[in-house]
Amino acid sequence: MPGYTPRAVILELDRVRKSYDGGSTFAVDEVSLRAERGQLVVLLGESGCGKTTTLKTINRLVEPTSGRVLIDGVDTVSVDAVALRRSIGYVFQGIGLFPHMTVADNVAVTTRLLGWKADRRLRRVQELLELVRLDPGDYAAKTPAELSGGEQQRVGFARALAANPTLLLLDEPFGALDPITRDGLRDDFQAIQRELNMTAVMVTHDMTEALLLGDRVVVMRQGRVLREASPPEILSDPNDPYVANLMASPRRNADRVRAMASGGDALEGPR
Amino acid sequence: MTDNIAARFAELPDLLAGHLLLSVSALLIGIAVSIPLGIAASRSPRLRVPALAIAGLIQTVPSMALLALMVPLLGGMIGFVPAFVALTLYSILPVLGNTVTGILEVDPALTEAARGVGMTDRQSLFHVELPLAAPFIIAGVRTATVWVVGMATLSTPVGAPSLGNFIFFGLQTRNWVAVVFGCVAAALLAIVLDALIRLLEAAARRRSRLLGGVAGLGLVAMVGSGLWPLAAAQLQPPVTASSLGTTAVAIDRDRLPLEGRSLTVGGKGFTEQYILAELLALRLEAAGAVVDRRPNMGSTILFDALGSGTVDVSVDYTGTIWTTIMDRPEPIERTAMFIEIAADLLREYSVLTLGRLGYENAYVFAMGRDRAGALGVRSIADLRPMAAGLTIASDPEFFGRPEWARVREIYSLGDLRTRSMDSTFMYGAVRDGEVDIITGYTTDGRIKAFDLVVLEDPLQVMPPYDAVLLLSPEAAADPAVVAALRPLLNSVSDEDMRIANMMVDVEGLEVVAAARFLYDRTTR
Repeated sequence: MPGYTPRAVILELDRVRKSYDGGSTFAVDEVSLRAERGQLVVLLGESGCGKTTTLKTINRLVEPTSGRVLIDGVDTVSVDAVALRRSIGYVFQGIGLFPHMTVADNVAVTTRLLGWKADRRLRRVQELLELVRLDPGDYAAKTPAELSGGEQQRVGFARALAANPTLLLLDEPFGALDPITRDGLRDDFQAIQRELNMTAVMVTHDMTEALLLGDRVVVMRQGRVLREASPPEILSDPNDPYVANLMASPRRNADRVRAMASGGDALEGPR
Repeated sequence: MTDNIAARFAELPDLLAGHLLLSVSALLIGIAVSIPLGIAASRSPRLRVPALAIAGLIQTVPSMALLALMVPLLGGMIGFVPAFVALTLYSILPVLGNTVTGILEVDPALTEAARGVGMTDRQSLFHVELPLAAPFIIAGVRTATVWVVGMATLSTPVGAPSLGNFIFFGLQTRNWVAVVFGCVAAALLAIVLDALIRLLEAAARRRSRLLGGVAGLGLVAMVGSGLWPLAAAQLQPPVTASSLGTTAVAIDRDRLPLEGRSLTVGGKGFTEQYILAELLALRLEAAGAVVDRRPNMGSTILFDALGSGTVDVSVDYTGTIWTTIMDRPEPIERTAMFIEIAADLLREYSVLTLGRLGYENAYVFAMGRDRAGALGVRSIADLRPMAAGLTIASDPEFFGRPEWARVREIYSLGDLRTRSMDSTFMYGAVRDGEVDIITGYTTDGRIKAFDLVVLEDPLQVMPPYDAVLLLSPEAAADPAVVAALRPLLNSVSDEDMRIANMMVDVEGLEVVAAARFLYDRTTR
C-alpha cells in the first residue's frame, strides 16, 4: 500500500466466531480485523449486527466459539481473563458507573484491584479528572447521581484510562447523551485519544460519528464484516450496495441541512 | 394496681433477659445462615427454588405450632433450645428472600461493568452486588427482628422464659395489667432493636463512624444490660435460701437438706398450676434448693420434660395422664386408676408418682343456674333431647380429648354446637348466656362466684382428676427432694384449692400470695 508506514499491531482478531446456540447460528461470524498503535477502529452497524458482541470478545466478557484474539501478539486465551480485563479500558454503553461509590472511587476501581497504593491512586484520580476536564476538587467526592449525563461519561472515560491500559474498548460511549453534550465530549475524547496515542475500538451505529472519529471503519451486518477501510476510502468506494446506502445517509442529511440554511426550498412548510 | 405493676417490674429483668437472649441469638444465627444461603441461591437457580420454597413453607406453619413441634422433634427437649431453633427457622425467610431479591435486582449492566473493570466474581459480589443489595437485606433483617421479637412471646409454653410469660400468665389469671405489660414490653423491645438497626444502616450508608459507633454501642448496651441478670447468675455462687430470707417460712438454719441443689419446677398455663408451681418452689427453697420456675408449659410438653429430667417436679391430674399419656379411653375406679398410673409411669418413663395432693380438679359440665332451671337440666343425660339447640364452650384441649368423644357418644350429644375458647373467658360466657354449657374445672372459684350449676354424670363417663405429684427419675432418686415435698401429700383440700384459685382469679392477688396460703395450710 503506497504511503503506508507500518506500525506495531496492538490488536488482531482472526476469524472470530461466536454462537449462542451450539453452532446453528453465529452472532459473530468470521470477523477479522486489526488495530495498530494509536489507531481508533470503529465497528459500525445496525443494532443486532454483532458489533458489541465482537467488542466483548476482545476482553473476554464474551468467550469466542472459535478464532483467535491477539493483543500485542499474545493470544488472549493464554492470559487470565480477569488480568486481561484489568489491562484493557472499557467504556460502557449505559455508562455503568457504580452508584454506591464516589467519582474518585469509580475512577480508581481498577487501580485498586491492581493493588496500587492509596497515594498513587489519589494522584492518578486527580490527573485523570483534569484530563477529562472535571475539577477534582469539585467532583472527586460526588456520587454519580449528582452528575449530568455528560459528566458521568467523562468519569467513565477516566475510569477506563486509569490503569494505563494497552487498549481501550468503547461501547456506544456517546449514545446516551444529547447532541450538544455529545459533540463537546466527542471532541475532547478525540483530543485525549490522540494525545495519549491510545489504541481503541469503538462500537457505534452513528455513521457520522464513525466517519469523523475512526482511523479505520469496519462495517458489520448479520455478524459479518462487509467492508473494512479508512473513512475516505469507504466514502469513495463502498464496494457493497448496503455499505453504499449506509454511507449515503449522512451526506444526504448534510445536503438537506445545507440547502435549508442557504434559504432554499428543500423543505416546505406552513409559514 | 400499683402493687400489680410493681410485681411485674420485679419479674421484668429475668424475663427480658430470657427474651433478649432468645431473640438476639436466633436472629444472629438466622442471619448468619440466610445471608450466605441467599448469596448462594442468587448464584444458582437450582438452589434458589428449593431454598425459597422450604423457607416459605416454614413460614406457613403457624408460629405457635412451629414452636410446639420443636419439642418432639428435638426428642422432648424443652426450654431455650426448641424455642431458639423455631425462632431461627422463622427468621430465615425474610432475610433469605430479601438477599436473593436484592442481589437479583442489581442492574445487569453494573455486574457486567464490574467484570469489565476487572473484578473477579467474588470482588463483584462484595464490592458491587452486596453493597447495592444492602438496603434490601437490611429491610429483611428488620422484618425478621420484629417477627422474632414478637414470636418469642409464644415460647413460654415450651418452657423458655420470655416476655410472653406476662401475657400467658395474665390471660389465665385475668390479670389484664400483666397482659398489657407484656405486650408493651415486647413492642418496646422490637421498636428499640429496629431503631438501632436503622441507625446502623444509616451509618453504613453515610459511612459515618460516629453514627455506627453510637448504634453499635446502643445495641451492645441494650443486649448487655438485658442479659445482665443471666450473666450475674452465672458469675455468683448459687443463692441459698438462708441468704434469700424472703418467704415467711421457718428455715432450719443449721442444716438445709437441699443446700446448693438446683431444681426445676414445671407448671402448665393456668392459675391453679401457677399456684402449685410456686407452692412446690417454696417447699424446695425452704429446704435450701435453688429453684428454676418454668410455668406456662403445654401439658404434654411438661410431661416429656419430666421424663427427660429437664423438669424435676410438677403436678398433673390422673384423668389427664390416663387419657393423654396412657391413651386409655375408659375410666376406671379412682384408686385403681391412681395405682395403675403410678405403675405405668414408673415402668414406661421412670417418672415417680409420689402421691395425691388430696384434691380433685375434674372437668365438669356447668350451666348458669337460671338457664339450667328453665330447661330442667340437672344431669348431662338431660341434655340429650335439646342438644341441637345448645352450645357448649371449652378449652381447645378438652375437645381433643377422648373423654369428650365418649361423653358425646354415650349421652348422644352429637348435635351440641361447640365453641373453643380460653378457659379465662368460659365462665363469663356461660354466666352472660353467650353459651349454654361450659366444661369448667371443679376447683375454679368462678363456679361458685358466678353461681353456676354443676351437671351430674350418672354414667360416670368423665374420669377422675386427682392432682398427683410427679418427680423426674433424678429427683425421685434423691430422698431429700422427696422429704421436702412429702408434707404436701393428701393435705390440699378441694376447698383450699378453690380458695387459692379465687384469690388470684377473683380477688386479683399475686400468685405468690395464694401459694403462701396453701403453704401455710400444708405446714403442720
